[in-house]
Amino acid sequence: MSARTQTPRPQTPRTAGPLTTSIRAARPGASARRPTSRLLATALVLTLVAIGATFLLDPYRNYQFALIAATFCATAGLTLLIGLTGQLSLGHAALMAAGGYGYALAANALTDAGVDGVPRFVVSLAAAAAASALLGLLLGLAAARLKGPYLSGVTLVLVIALPAFTAVFSGVFRGDQGVQIAYDGVPPALRTLIAVEQWQAWVAILVAAAVVTWLAVLRNGPAGLRMRAVRDDETSARLQGVRAGRVKVLAFTASSIAAGAGGAVLCFVTQSVSPGAYTLAFSLLLVVAVVIGGLGSLLGAFLGSIVIVLLPWVIQTATGALDLSADAAQRLTGNLPVLVFGVLLIVVTAAWPGGIRAALPKRLRTKRMPRRGAPPMQTSTVAAAEPATVTPTAAPRHPDPEPRTSPAAEPIPTTTER
Amino acid sequence: MDRLLFLLATGLARGAIFALFALSLVLIWRAARVVNFAQGAMAVVATYVAFAVTGLTGSYWIGLASALVAGGLMGLIVERGVMRFASHASPLSGVIIAIGVVMVLQSLLGIAFGPNARPMEAPFPETPIVLGGVPVLSPYDLFVLVVAIGLMGLLALIFTRTSLGLQLRASAFAPEVSRLLGVRVARMVTAGWVLASAVGALAALLLVPTELGLNPHSADMLFVSAFTVAVVGGLDSPPGALVGGLVVGVLISLVTGYLGATVAPIAVLGLLVAVLLVRPGGLFAATEARTA
Amino acid sequence: MSHAPNRSQHRRTVAAVAAASALLVAMSACSTPAAGGDPAEAAPGVTDDTVTIGTHQPLTGPAAAGYSSISAATTAYFAYLNENGGVNGRSIEYLVKDDGYNPANTQTVVRELVQDDEVFAILNGLGTPTHTSVLDYLNQNEVPDLFVASGSTSWNQPEKYPWTFGFNADYVTEAEALAQYADDEFAGKSICVLGQDDDFGDEFIEGLENVLGEGSLASVQRYSVSNQDVVAQIGAMQAAGCEVNMLATVNGFTALAIGTAAKLGYQAKWMSSSSGGDYVTLAGFLGEAAPVLLEGFVTTNYLPYAPGNEWDDLFRQINDEYNDGAPFDGNTVFGMSVGYLFAEALAKAGENPTRQGIVDAITSGDLVGNGLVPLSFGADSHAAYKGVSITTVADGVQDFIGVTYVSDGSGGVEPFDGDAVPLENDGLPTS
Repeated sequence: MSARTQTPRPQTPRTAGPLTTSIRAARPGASARRPTSRLLATALVLTLVAIGATFLLDPYRNYQFALIAATFCATAGLTLLIGLTGQLSLGHAALMAAGGYGYALAANALTDAGVDGVPRFVVSLAAAAAASALLGLLLGLAAARLKGPYLSGVTLVLVIALPAFTAVFSGVFRGDQGVQIAYDGVPPALRTLIAVEQWQAWVAILVAAAVVTWLAVLRNGPAGLRMRAVRDDETSARLQGVRAGRVKVLAFTASSIAAGAGGAVLCFVTQSVSPGAYTLAFSLLLVVAVVIGGLGSLLGAFLGSIVIVLLPWVIQTATGALDLSADAAQRLTGNLPVLVFGVLLIVVTAAWPGGIRAALPKRLRTKRMPRRGAPPMQTSTVAAAEPATVTPTAAPRHPDPEPRTSPAAEPIPTTTER
Repeated sequence: MDRLLFLLATGLARGAIFALFALSLVLIWRAARVVNFAQGAMAVVATYVAFAVTGLTGSYWIGLASALVAGGLMGLIVERGVMRFASHASPLSGVIIAIGVVMVLQSLLGIAFGPNARPMEAPFPETPIVLGGVPVLSPYDLFVLVVAIGLMGLLALIFTRTSLGLQLRASAFAPEVSRLLGVRVARMVTAGWVLASAVGALAALLLVPTELGLNPHSADMLFVSAFTVAVVGGLDSPPGALVGGLVVGVLISLVTGYLGATVAPIAVLGLLVAVLLVRPGGLFAATEARTA
Repeated sequence: MSHAPNRSQHRRTVAAVAAASALLVAMSACSTPAAGGDPAEAAPGVTDDTVTIGTHQPLTGPAAAGYSSISAATTAYFAYLNENGGVNGRSIEYLVKDDGYNPANTQTVVRELVQDDEVFAILNGLGTPTHTSVLDYLNQNEVPDLFVASGSTSWNQPEKYPWTFGFNADYVTEAEALAQYADDEFAGKSICVLGQDDDFGDEFIEGLENVLGEGSLASVQRYSVSNQDVVAQIGAMQAAGCEVNMLATVNGFTALAIGTAAKLGYQAKWMSSSSGGDYVTLAGFLGEAAPVLLEGFVTTNYLPYAPGNEWDDLFRQINDEYNDGAPFDGNTVFGMSVGYLFAEALAKAGENPTRQGIVDAITSGDLVGNGLVPLSFGADSHAAYKGVSITTVADGVQDFIGVTYVSDGSGGVEPFDGDAVPLENDGLPTS
C-alpha cells in the first residue's frame, strides 16, 4: 500500500485519521470534532431545504430529483467504501438490486397481508436494508481476504451474474420482467397540496438524508478512523490492535446497506425492479459519479449523482435540438453521454483528483451547500475521507474546503485550487 | 460419454481464446501493475481495423497482421496518452482511467459504425472433424488452439531467453533497481503494453468469427470471462492464464450443456469465489502479496 | 483558510433555516399539483395543427442492433402522412427516445415524454422487460399506451390495463400456428425448441405444447442473451436427433443457431418466431452463406411484407422518399404499419381527439389496419393480431405460402381463408 502514510496514533483517536495526524499536532488551534447533535441539526436543515426545493420543481424535475436522491444513497456508500477503505467495488448496482428486490418482495407480501401506507413502506425498507446487508456482508467477508483487483473482479462478475440469478430463481425474481409492486400514492392528508412525483421526491430525500447522515456519523466516529487506518497501512493498523478484517467487512456492509436503500427508493419511485436496470454499465456509472464528484467526499457523491442522472438527459435534449439526420441523431443520443463520461473519468482521475467538489469556489463549498439532506457535505468530507490511494500527485491535493465547518477534517496544507 | 467429449472439445476451443486474452491482462499487470479494463475495447478497435483491411484486400492474413499492428498501436497510445497520468502509488487510478478509456472507445465506435453486428469470416472451415461419431474440433478451433499455445510458447521464450524479456521482467519486478542498472523502465512498461494489446487484439480477432459478428460490444463478455480467468489463475502468472482459461472455458461449456445456459454466469461466479477464498492471489500466486 | 469559529457556523445554520422556511412558504403557493384538466380543453399533446406522441426504443447498446430501424420507419411514414395533410388537418410529431433496452432508462424517458413533452400517447414502446416497467405508470396516468412492440400477452389485459394495447401477434399464438404447420407438413418428425430464457421462450414453448401436447418436444434448449455461444445447445439438439427445430430467438440468435448448426454439419428444418425471422436482418448476420443456410426457413408474419404486395410497394416508396432509402426489411414494414394503425385510430377518434376518445376508437372494433388477418381489438380484447401467416424462404426470397392460422381461443389455431386488408387511399387513413 501507499508508502507515504503515517502510522495512526492511539492518542489521537478522535481526529481525522493518520493522514492528518501529524499536521493536526502542529495545529493545536484546530477545533474539536463537531458534535453529532450539530451534524444532525445541519442534516435537518438541509433536508428541509431540499424538501422546500421540491416546490419549485415541476413533476418531471421532481422525478429526476428523486432519482438523484436514490443514486446518492448508493454513491455515498460507494465513495466511503473506496475513499475510506480503498476497496473498489464494481458491483454496487447488484447491491442496489438486492435492496430493490428486498423492498419489492416485502412490499408485495405485505400488500397480500393487507398492510399498506407508511407501515408497508417502513417494513419494506427494512427488508431492503436487510437483503443488501446480507449480500454486502458476504461480499465483505470475501473482500476482507482480497486485494485490489481481485475484489474488483468478484464484484464485476457478481453484476454480470445478476440477470442469471433472477432467471434461475424466476419463481421469486420473475426473470427479466422483474417484480412489480403496488402503487403508493400521496397520503390523503397531503393530496391537495402536492403531486405524486413531489411526494416520491420527499420520500427519496428523507431516505437519502437518513442514510447519508448515518454514513457521516459512522465516518466521523471511531469506526471511520479505523477504516482509514486500515486503508493507509494495514500492517500498522493491525499492530495497533485494529482488527483489519472486521473493519473491512463493516465498511462493505455499511456501504451495501446504503446502496440497498437507494435500490429500495428506486423501486418505490418506479414501482418495479428488474435486472436490466442494474447493469455493469450502471455500476460503472456509480464509480464515475464518485470519481468525478471527488473520491471520498459525500458532497462529491451528491454532485456526481446529479451529473450521472442529468447529463444524459441534457445531452439528449441538446442533440434533439440540433438539426441532425435521423441516423446521426440515433448514433449520437446514446453514445455521446458515454463519451463525455469517459472523458470526464479520465481527465478527473489523471489531472483533477479532487473532482467537481474541489473545483467549487471555496465560498460555495462552505456556504451554499446543495439543497440535499446531507449534512456530511458540510462536515468533514474531503480531507478525512480522501484516499491517499487515488490522488496521482500525493502532496498537492486540493485544500480542504471547509475547515471552519469541519473540525473533524483537519486542514491539510495544500496549495492547489484549480 | 459422447456428449461429454463434445462439450469438452467445445470448451477447450473457447477456453484457448479466454486464455489468450487473459494472458494479455497478465502481461499488462506484470508490466504496469494495472488491470487494464480497457483491453476488450482496445481489442475491438483493432478488430475493426482488421475487418476493414480484410474487406479492402480480401486477405484474412493481411487483416490479421493489421490487427496485431493496430492492437500494438492502441497499447502505445493508451499507455503514453492516458495511463502515464495514472498514479503509480495507487492501484485504483489506473483501473478508473481504464474504465474511462472503455467508455470513450465504445462510444466512439458506436458513433462511427452504429450498433449493427458485422459478420466476419473465419479463415478455416468451422465444421468439426468427426471422430468416432462425435464431432470434435473444427479446423478453425485447431487453428485457434495452435495459435494460442504457439503464442504462449513464443512469449515464454521472449521472457526467459531474450534480453528484451529480461529487461521487461526486471522493470516489472524491481523498477528502481532496474533503473539503476540502466534499464529504461518507462520504455519497458510501454513495450509491455504494446505486446499485451497486440495479444489481446489477436484474441478478439479469433473470437469474433465464432460469434454474432463485430460490434462495439463484441469483447465485453470476453473481457469479463478473461478477467475471471486471470484472477483465477493469478494475475502474475502466464501459466495461470493458460490453465485458468481452459478451466473456465470447459466449465462454461459443461454447465451450459448439462445445466443450461442461464446457470453459466453463476457457475463462473462460484468458481471465482471458491478459488479466491482458498487462494486469495489466484491458483498460481507465486508469492504472498506484500503487506506493506 | 479560516479556522472554525463556532459563531459563524451558528450564524450560517440560522440563516439556512430561515432561508429554508422562506422557501417553503414562498413555494407552496405556486406548486400545488396540476389541477385536473378541464374536459373542454384540448387533450395533452394536441393543438390545432399537431398531435405529439412519443415512444421508447433501443437505439444504442447491445440490443440496438436490429431494432433501431423501426422508429425510423414509423417516422418516415408520419412524414409521408404529414406531407399529405396529416390527420384531420393535424400533423403528427413523433418523439423517439432511446432507452438502450434498459428498464431504468425506459421509466425515465417515458416520464419525460408524458410530463415534460406532454405527449398525447405513447406509441409502440419496444420490449417486454422495458415496457413492463412503465405499464402501471401509464395506466395510472391514463395515457394511451398504444401498440406495444412485443409479443408478450401482458398487454392484453383490458380489466387491469385499460389504456394499454398490443401490436404483435402474441408469442403463444405464433407458436401454436408454427406447431400446427409443423404437425401438418412434417408429421412424425421429431420437434425441438431453442428458446430465450425469459417470457419470450416460456410463452412460445407454452404455445407449442398447446398444439403438440405436453412433453412432446424431443429437446427443450434455452439460451441466455449474455452468452453468444450456443454450440452446447445446438449440439444437444443434434444429439437428440431433432428434425424440426422451433426457435424463440431474436434475430441475432436465430442467425447464431442456424450458423452454429451449419458449422456442426447438422441439418434440420428451422422455424422461427417472427421476432427473429426477418430474412434481410438474418442475412446481414450470416453474410454470404445466408441464401444457402436459410433455404426453406419458416417463420410467420401478420403484416404485408412480401414482394409485389401493394402495401409493400407503397412502403418501399415511402422508405425511398422519406427514410433516405434505408435498407428495407421486416422492421420497416413493421414500423410503417404501426404508424398507419395509429393514424387510423386517430382519424377514428374524431375532429377533436381526446385520450379517452382514441381508446374508444380502438375498442370500438372498427379499426381495420393493414394486416393479413383481421384486427382483434374490441371491448374485451386489447390484442391486435390473433393470427399469423406462414412464410418460407425460397432462393433467397421470403414470401407467404398462403397458409394462415388464427387462434381459436382455446389453445389451438384454425386455418383462416379470409382476405388480407387491401390498400386504400394510398395508405392515408380517412375518418
